[in-house]
Amino acid sequence: MKPKRRRLLFVLIGLALLGGAVALALSALRDTMVFFYAPTELAEKPPRAGASLRVGGLVEEGSVVRDGTQVTFRITDLTSSVPVTYTGVLPDLFREGQGIVVEGKLQPDGTFAATRVLAKHDEKYMPPEVAEALKKSGQWRPDVAKT
Amino acid sequence: MHRFANPNRFLRLARAVFPWAVGATVAFLGAGLYYALFASPPDYQQGETVRIMYVHVPSAWMAMFVYAAIAAASASALIWKHPLADIFARAASPIGAAFTFLALVTGSLWGKPMWGAWWVWDARLTSVLILFFLYLGHMALLNAFDDPARGQRAAAILALVGVVNLPIIKFSVDWWNTLHQPASVVRMGGPSIHPDMLTPLLLMAAGFTAYFVMTVILRIEAEILARRVRAHRLMQGS
Repeated sequence: MKPKRRRLLFVLIGLALLGGAVALALSALRDTMVFFYAPTELAEKPPRAGASLRVGGLVEEGSVVRDGTQVTFRITDLTSSVPVTYTGVLPDLFREGQGIVVEGKLQPDGTFAATRVLAKHDEKYMPPEVAEALKKSGQWRPDVAKT
Repeated sequence: MHRFANPNRFLRLARAVFPWAVGATVAFLGAGLYYALFASPPDYQQGETVRIMYVHVPSAWMAMFVYAAIAAASASALIWKHPLADIFARAASPIGAAFTFLALVTGSLWGKPMWGAWWVWDARLTSVLILFFLYLGHMALLNAFDDPARGQRAAAILALVGVVNLPIIKFSVDWWNTLHQPASVVRMGGPSIHPDMLTPLLLMAAGFTAYFVMTVILRIEAEILARRVRAHRLMQGS
């Protein structure tokens, strides 16, 4: 075999092996590499007591209660929901129906004490008038939290 | 393909392409910035902040595109020993690193008002940070040896190994829950971005690409000439 062919084969086989190894490693790490859990996952697999974690979902409609800088609301994935308490400044995009991620600890009474609230926005970009028109014509699909 | 590996032929071609690359950079970036800043609508959710996208997204695309080009050049340098491939990899690396840095910084500036955080360790942000470190490692390896040929070999192997990171970056938002939203333009079912906002985005992307072509030609030319000077000095010295 000519050296050129040998080097080509060497590079191709090396890349294939490396790709396979990384794919295996990533699929093994799948569960630990998620940025947040959905409320349903939380109900199915309760975390260790006192463990710090993130929960993602939508702010349940009509659940937001503000008391000064303290806010309580429920975060839902439309199957189950978790009550959240938080004290501090909320991001601009925080509103009912918005996708968010909360960071904090699950309390023994089942409420989630958040130390940080992050707003998530979807991949749709459009002018406000278009969003308005879509809502009027009934073509609007509210973003459903990816779980 | 192999025909253009000859530095002299490349130099002639590059000098013909260069003025067009400069013109395309100025025209596309000018039109893109006008559309991005004045002629495009605000977003229904993000308001005026969405305009950061017109710099952030093309930078991130270029960061990945330049890395893919460096990896391809490194493979051909290792396999076919093309001298020009090594020169390209050396010339493109700092430009790619600059695009990655720009994507990280603009993303951070965008993340604070929208998400409420400058930085989070989600899969997308972390994998792009790794890409930035790969670029830094590539540049460091190139200059780590007294014998430039050894440095080029080591850097080429690093560039090839790092190529596994590219699909991870692209699909990180689909494989895992991330704070970063999924893809808006290159996705199944067509772009989920309004044409009025897609136009400036694509104009800016074309401008960034032309800018890359322009700068990489300049850097390759400089590197070829520098090598000639070095060879000349060696000949005179002996």
